[in-house]
Parts: sequence; C-alpha cells; structure tokens
Amino acid sequence: QMGRVGKRQASRAFSLYANIDILRPYFDVEPVQVRARLLESMIPVKMINFPQKIAGELYGPLMLVFTLVAILLHGMKTSDTIIREGTLMGTAIGTCFGYWLGVSSFIYFLAYLCNAQITMVQMLSLLGYGLFGHCITLFVTYNIHFHSLFYIFWLGVGGLSTLRMVAVLVSRTVGHTQRLILCGTLAALHMLFLLYLHFAYHKVVEGILDTLEGPNMPPFQRVARDIPVVSNAVLNTTAKAVALTL
Amino acid sequence: FPGLADVSISEDIPVEGEITVPVGSRSPDEDYSTLDEPVRDTIMRDLKAVGKKFVHVMYPKKSSALLRDWDLWGPLVLCVSLALMLQGGSADSKDDGGPQFAEVFVIIWFGAVVITLNSKLLGGTISFFQSLCVLGYCVLPLTVAMLVCRLVLLAGSGTVSFIIRLIVVVAMFGWSTLASTAFLADSQPPNRKALVVYPIFLFYFVISWMILTFTPQ
Repeated sequence: QMGRVGKRQASRAFSLYANIDILRPYFDVEPVQVRARLLESMIPVKMINFPQKIAGELYGPLMLVFTLVAILLHGMKTSDTIIREGTLMGTAIGTCFGYWLGVSSFIYFLAYLCNAQITMVQMLSLLGYGLFGHCITLFVTYNIHFHSLFYIFWLGVGGLSTLRMVAVLVSRTVGHTQRLILCGTLAALHMLFLLYLHFAYHKVVEGILDTLEGPNMPPFQRVARDIPVVSNAVLNTTAKAVALTL
Repeated sequence: FPGLADVSISEDIPVEGEITVPVGSRSPDEDYSTLDEPVRDTIMRDLKAVGKKFVHVMYPKKSSALLRDWDLWGPLVLCVSLALMLQGGSADSKDDGGPQFAEVFVIIWFGAVVITLNSKLLGGTISFFQSLCVLGYCVLPLTVAMLVCRLVLLAGSGTVSFIIRLIVVVAMFGWSTLASTAFLADSQPPNRKALVVYPIFLFYFVISWMILTFTPQ
C-alpha cells in the first residue's frame, strides 16, 4: 500500500520535472548570442524576398519582459505615484506579461489566417526581442522628462524595432493583402503599447486613487452627523466616572 | 538424524536463558533520541545551523555548507522581517498595509522561484530547494540596509539622508548579488554564468528599489 502511494507521488513529481524539460531547448543560448540578438532586434533587414531566420529562444524575451516590469516600477516611483504599491506592482507585471503573451497569440492567429510561416515560439521570441526598444525608450524617458524627447525616441527607437519585426514577418508572408493586414496590426499594437506605457500609466494610477478616495469621503461626514444621543450620554457618564476616580 | 529420534523435552523443566542480543551499535537508539531530547536542544541546533549560514552569507567564501544542508527557516525570517519593515510606507493613511506585506512576500518568493527555474533550464546542477535557500539567505544584507534606512529616516529625510541611504543600499545590493553569485555560479557551465547572474541582479535590484524609495508616514 505504502509502496503504491509512494510510487504515485514519485511519478507525479517526475512528470512536473518532465514538463520543465520541455522548455529546456528554448533556453539553450550563449551570452554572445543573446547580445547579438538584442542588437539585431534594432536593425531592420533589407532582404524581404527571402524568409528570414528567427531563433526560437525564450531566455532573452523573458528577461526583457522582466526588465520592462522593473523599468515600469522605477517610472511609477519617479512620478511620485506611491499609493497602493500592491496594485501597481500587480498591474505592472500583468501589463507586460499580458502584452507579450496576448499580442503574440493574436498575431500568431492572424499569421495562421494569412498563411504566414511562423511558429508560436518564434512569434514569442520576435515580439520579446521587439520589447528591447521599449525598454531603452522608457528607461531614458522616465529619467529625463521631456515630452519632445519621448516623441523622438518613440518614432526612432520604437520605429526601428517595429520595422525589424515587420520586415521579418513580411519576408515570411506571401500576398500583398496578407502582408498589409499582418504588419499593419503588429506595427499599430507595438507603437501604441509604447505610447500607452508612457502616458496612460499615470492616468491608470490616478484612476485607482480616485475610485478609492471617492466613495470613502461621504461616510466620514455621515458618521459625524449620526452619532446617536444614547452613546453621547454613555460617553458623558463614563467621563464623569473617570474624573471622580481621579 | 537417528540419534535424536528419542530426544524429548519434559514440559515441567523451565527453559531459561538470555534472549536479548547484546547491542553493539547504538544507531536505532540514536534515531529515537532526537524525538526524546528536550525541545530546547532541537531549537538550539536549528538556530545554530541558521546562524552559521548567516555568517557564511556575510563572508562569502567558497564553502558548500550553505548548499549541503539547505533549510528555509532563515529565508522565511528574513522575508517576514523585511516585509514588516516595508509596511506603512504608503501615503494613503487609510491603507492597512496588508497588500504591501503580501506584495513583498510574493515578489521575493516568486522571484526566487523564477530564478531557480531559469538556472535549472540553463543546465544548472543545483537542486530547486538549494537554490531557494541561497537566494533567501542572500537577502540578509538588504534587510540590514532596510534597518539602517529606517534609522536614518528617524533622524530626518533630506538630501543628506537620501545620499546616505543610497550609498548603503547600493553597497548592500552589491554584497547580496556577489554573495549569491559566489554560491550559485559554480553550478553552471562556465560560459553561461552571465545568463544566470542577470536575473539575480534584477531581483535584488527590485528589492533594493523598494527599500530605497520607502518613505514612512
């Protein structure tokens, strides 16, 4: 009996480790490769008639998403939005991971509809490395607060990384309409995300603050007016008793 | 056996003798004795083990004591004390500090799990709980930094105090990262150390940022 229970537990633990082993090939990288891919993600390719090679690797994209979360937290602190740290932290992690996983899945679905040759892991990897431009832009503009500087970075750095992703996708898609749909969607989502991270984050925080402060205000006024006469009398008698004992 | 055919034992002769075998080694008794020993001995032994690991973190040498007998008591104590000290830092006075404690807790443990999974996927030879143990223990310098920051903030919160806090936090952050790298990087293939060090750097950076930007109300 004990042997059977032990064996079942061991096989369950083993299957958990086996699931981790599925991801192992995607983490098989060298530091030089990661550095090369980071730099490549900013350089749009010119040869779009030949399908470009995309490395299906998950280490770089995962680290870039975590770096983006850290940069977002830094931005929230420097913009003096300290309130409700818990909600902000969860929002930051949720936003970044949600964008990476959600938009990758959506573009993969569109690619399936448009007959583009790309796998899910390659899409995750491509979009993850495209976040490198976002990281650079936000890191600079959260420290130097000039709106015009942000627009220059948005167009320049954001534009470069978007162009690279678009060029790679175009090289893997056939047909003008399909190319237009796929790349237009990706470009729009990528650029708008950077815009959103810079501007709307402060508004999101202020929105949370407003919804928390608003309903709380009237009850304080109501309680002050509604103190019943009974409790007032009790307080008075208690105060008199305390004064007498002293 | 023909000679034994007529042997019979009459039933009124009592059988005497020693049945017990003289016990040469006392190992079965020692296993039971840890249950029978007073609670104080057990606690002191565990406390000494935790204390020895704290010393190993403050003076990171290449020793395998931290890895061999891993335990999670030290990380739990450090995590709880850091989360308690980081409470009350929100500007909203109606906040009961609940989410803040939970957030610090979740960040430390979730971050440690992610780094461990990452190092395992990169081909590390260290086990899951050993890595959690090392990462948890290396939060000790940052807890000391938090204590120092709170004391400095009691004195005042101007530019001078910010500079002092910045220097202390940066120094402790460097110490934490170096200490954990000294223990964890050995278990990786030599050319991939940078890939493992970066998430550790990011993890302690986030914790240091939370400590540095803490303003009591």
